[in-house]
Amino acid sequence: MQQTSMHETHVGSPRNRVDGRLKVTGEARYAAEYTAPDLAVGYVVSGAIARGRIRSVDTKAAMAVPGVIQVFTHQNRPRTAWRAKAYQDEVAPPGTPFRPLYDDKILYSGQPIALVVAEDFEIARYAASLVRVTYETEPHETDLGKLREKAYKPPKTRSGMAPPPPRGDAEAAIGAAPFKVDESYRIAIEHHNPMEMHASTVVWEGDGKITVYDKIQGVQNTQSYITHVFGLSNDDVRVLSPFVGGAFGSGLRPQYQLFLAVMAALELQRSVRVMLERDQMFTFTYRPDALQEMAIGANPDATLQAIRHDAIGCTSRFEDYQESVVSWSAMMYRCDNVTTTYKLAQIDTYTPGDMRAPGAPTGMFALESAMDELSYKLQIDPLQLRLRNYAETEGGGGKPFTSKELRAAYQLGAERFGWSRRNPVPRSMKEGRELIGWGMASGMWEAMMEKTSARATLTIDGRLEVGTATADIGTGTYTILTQIAADALGLPMEKVTARIGDSSLPMSPVEGGSWTAASAGSAVHVACNAVRETLFKYARGMDASPLANADIGRVAFRGGRMELMADPSRYVTIQDTMRAGGVDRIEAEETAAPSRINQLRYAAYTHSAIFAEVRVDEELGRVRVTRIVDAVAAGKILNPKTARSQILGGVVFGIGMALTEESMMDHNLGRFMNHNIAEYHVPVNADIHDIEVIFVEEHEDKINPLGVKGLGEIGIVGTAAAIANAVYHATGKRIRHLPITVDKIIGEKEAA
Amino acid sequence: MADLEFLARQGFAPDAGPPKGLPDEIPITLTINGERRALHVRPWTTLLDLLREDLSLYGTKKGCDHGQCGACTVLLDGERINSCLALAVTKDGSELTTVEGLAGKDGTLHPMQEAFIEHDAFQCGYCTPGQICSAVGLLKEGHAKTREEIREMMSGNLCRCGAYTNIVDAIEDVLAKGAAK
Ligand code: FES
Ligand code: FES
Repeated sequence: MQQTSMHETHVGSPRNRVDGRLKVTGEARYAAEYTAPDLAVGYVVSGAIARGRIRSVDTKAAMAVPGVIQVFTHQNRPRTAWRAKAYQDEVAPPGTPFRPLYDDKILYSGQPIALVVAEDFEIARYAASLVRVTYETEPHETDLGKLREKAYKPPKTRSGMAPPPPRGDAEAAIGAAPFKVDESYRIAIEHHNPMEMHASTVVWEGDGKITVYDKIQGVQNTQSYITHVFGLSNDDVRVLSPFVGGAFGSGLRPQYQLFLAVMAALELQRSVRVMLERDQMFTFTYRPDALQEMAIGANPDATLQAIRHDAIGCTSRFEDYQESVVSWSAMMYRCDNVTTTYKLAQIDTYTPGDMRAPGAPTGMFALESAMDELSYKLQIDPLQLRLRNYAETEGGGGKPFTSKELRAAYQLGAERFGWSRRNPVPRSMKEGRELIGWGMASGMWEAMMEKTSARATLTIDGRLEVGTATADIGTGTYTILTQIAADALGLPMEKVTARIGDSSLPMSPVEGGSWTAASAGSAVHVACNAVRETLFKYARGMDASPLANADIGRVAFRGGRMELMADPSRYVTIQDTMRAGGVDRIEAEETAAPSRINQLRYAAYTHSAIFAEVRVDEELGRVRVTRIVDAVAAGKILNPKTARSQILGGVVFGIGMALTEESMMDHNLGRFMNHNIAEYHVPVNADIHDIEVIFVEEHEDKINPLGVKGLGEIGIVGTAAAIANAVYHATGKRIRHLPITVDKIIGEKEAA
Repeated sequence: MADLEFLARQGFAPDAGPPKGLPDEIPITLTINGERRALHVRPWTTLLDLLREDLSLYGTKKGCDHGQCGACTVLLDGERINSCLALAVTKDGSELTTVEGLAGKDGTLHPMQEAFIEHDAFQCGYCTPGQICSAVGLLKEGHAKTREEIREMMSGNLCRCGAYTNIVDAIEDVLAKGAAK
């Protein structure tokens, strides 16, 4: 392990983002912001029906507009791979991926049915409005509520998404339990709606080669998608994505604008850009809804006797998208009798996909609401109920945890929030016309690591460059990689450059699942350590080297020097060392992978305890979340500043999920009605009040060399449940169907 | 409006007849970040598309093109506006400041840009140019004195990354230092 602990390290210290200046000056470039001398602009024509086929497409009027270059439809599209499998990207769920312009079949409303390519954006947009399409409709179904009977167990499980095996006899134990809750819960379909709309700019380099700027969370995923679909080699396709204007999962899989832009560029042999409109952001992936049944039984002493959690999630007709909805119920608390089921039902939409903590806020909304309901039945404080059933191992009888400081999170969170002053009686707090409620919930998310490679290059000018093909979607990846690398060689951060978002860099999986800090971070760490060791070898070999007999563990790397810890006046500089060694660069490429043994032996999770205060104006039905305290146990915090932002972002997502976000389906048309961000309500500044983030000290030494667990998801996980519980405490109304909108507050009766 | 356009794109528009060529370009003059520019624009071109598509000034972002998100906020004669809602031809003779024009010529950042970095008031950075221009405009308006008022008057600028509390911290900081221009 490295020995920089004598001095302040970058890792663990709050640092401003290294890409901050680029972002505040407008110099950071996103996918649609690259250009080329011959750039043409593509505009997507979206289909109008939910299911059926295209009878005719008339592109004559569009083609007649001066400046229109081509209109691509299923009738004239160039040939692409004929095997559906070729379209399966790195993170595709089981099934047959959607293939844009493949044939005349309409699989969902808003499906791209033509691409108009023109000399400029306005011309393309205008011409797109002139494309005439007639359809033959077939009956569609978009109402999950009607499909309960048709639900099925996915024949092929998405890896890691199988519900855990049952234990004990949940049915009998629920029947016997003197206290129980047995209710149905639902969330709403949500769309990711990153601020940057999905876009791809494909620069035609000549000779069949292209450079692609894509809005994607994994450049190598885009690259392999393109090579497989269009029959190109990796040398022909370079994919870049240095900045991503948010994604939250929408950029995990290559989206249809990429296919269309690449197709047009290859066919026209010129550069093409396609950027979607905001309403088209509602025509691909989304967070699925699920029908959830949750039953919990407990003894009078508040110990859980049984948990049953059944979920039916929606998916498309062509892929079996799966996420972890019910597994949390088997792991969160100590309980001997647990059974969970997870099924799917197909609706006529695009395939849902991973959205910030996929499955977790869905399932935890049910579990943590039910726990709150149970606490009232048992007349025990909701926090006490959780502590009474605290799982010291996974689910109380499973694998031990690599680390779990949730108890400390509960305690610190409760203290900061002032939980002990809570009067348990609903409707007991009021100020002016507003009822005040306090609620809490727990959160958990898997701490993962994926095999990742990185390269580190130290040059004689004292600069270090590290690179891996991961992404920074706002998470702070650039910054933490810079910190890790700077520490490894004892350099100031200004001397270090992190390069990511380039398919030519060493192998990295998509950025998601909160695994990037652990994966890319570890890869950079080991690559830098390899450079460090080589450098040290040169240092020892120098004539009259003061480090000749030193052990690397007793040498400090700092300020561009290697010095004996015992006597810092005995040192050599990096530059002198490299000069003496006759090299002007030292380069290493290394791969970091998780320890399989530890993965088998231990369970690794981040945890959170989240406390919420709401104020409810019952007459207007308005809910405001005035205070949130989120205490998070996530192992080593690499950068408290960007880490805090990650949690803030997750909490804001959770507030949106709880109160405002809902993609409303018109089941007659089979289309999302509120396909814009004036009617799909992402929280705005005025919706967000005080959010306090606490990172609990958590020593983690088993999952990766850095001890980091990841933070992208955990902020959202328990938030909606905590808010719903607070709403109950404020109003006595138990709302089990998100979002908690005005109509529900006004319409719902107080619970008996 | 949004829906008519959506339907039109799906082939449901009333028949427009064959197109009769493109509308003519109209000469206008704009001062953009201190530089006077003589331009020729079609009447259908918004300020936002003019900046991004024609002038390659990509600092100003497109997040909806419908006046719903604030990503395209620029300062027009010192006032914050959504540049996606302004047709360029109607702004002939105006002075425009975009995020690219906030820092000094020597690269010194505007106090609001500094504060955004210091308070980590962004994540992905896509809403950031709009937030910063909006915040500069807000302070010039001089109405926002409290956090509550800042929140309210910054609510036209969405941030999906959820950096709101840090954005308010940054603005409050600049407000307190009285450094706003
Ligand atoms: S792009 Fe102008 S308000 Fe969204
Ligand atoms: S920083 Fe990403 S949308 Fe605001």
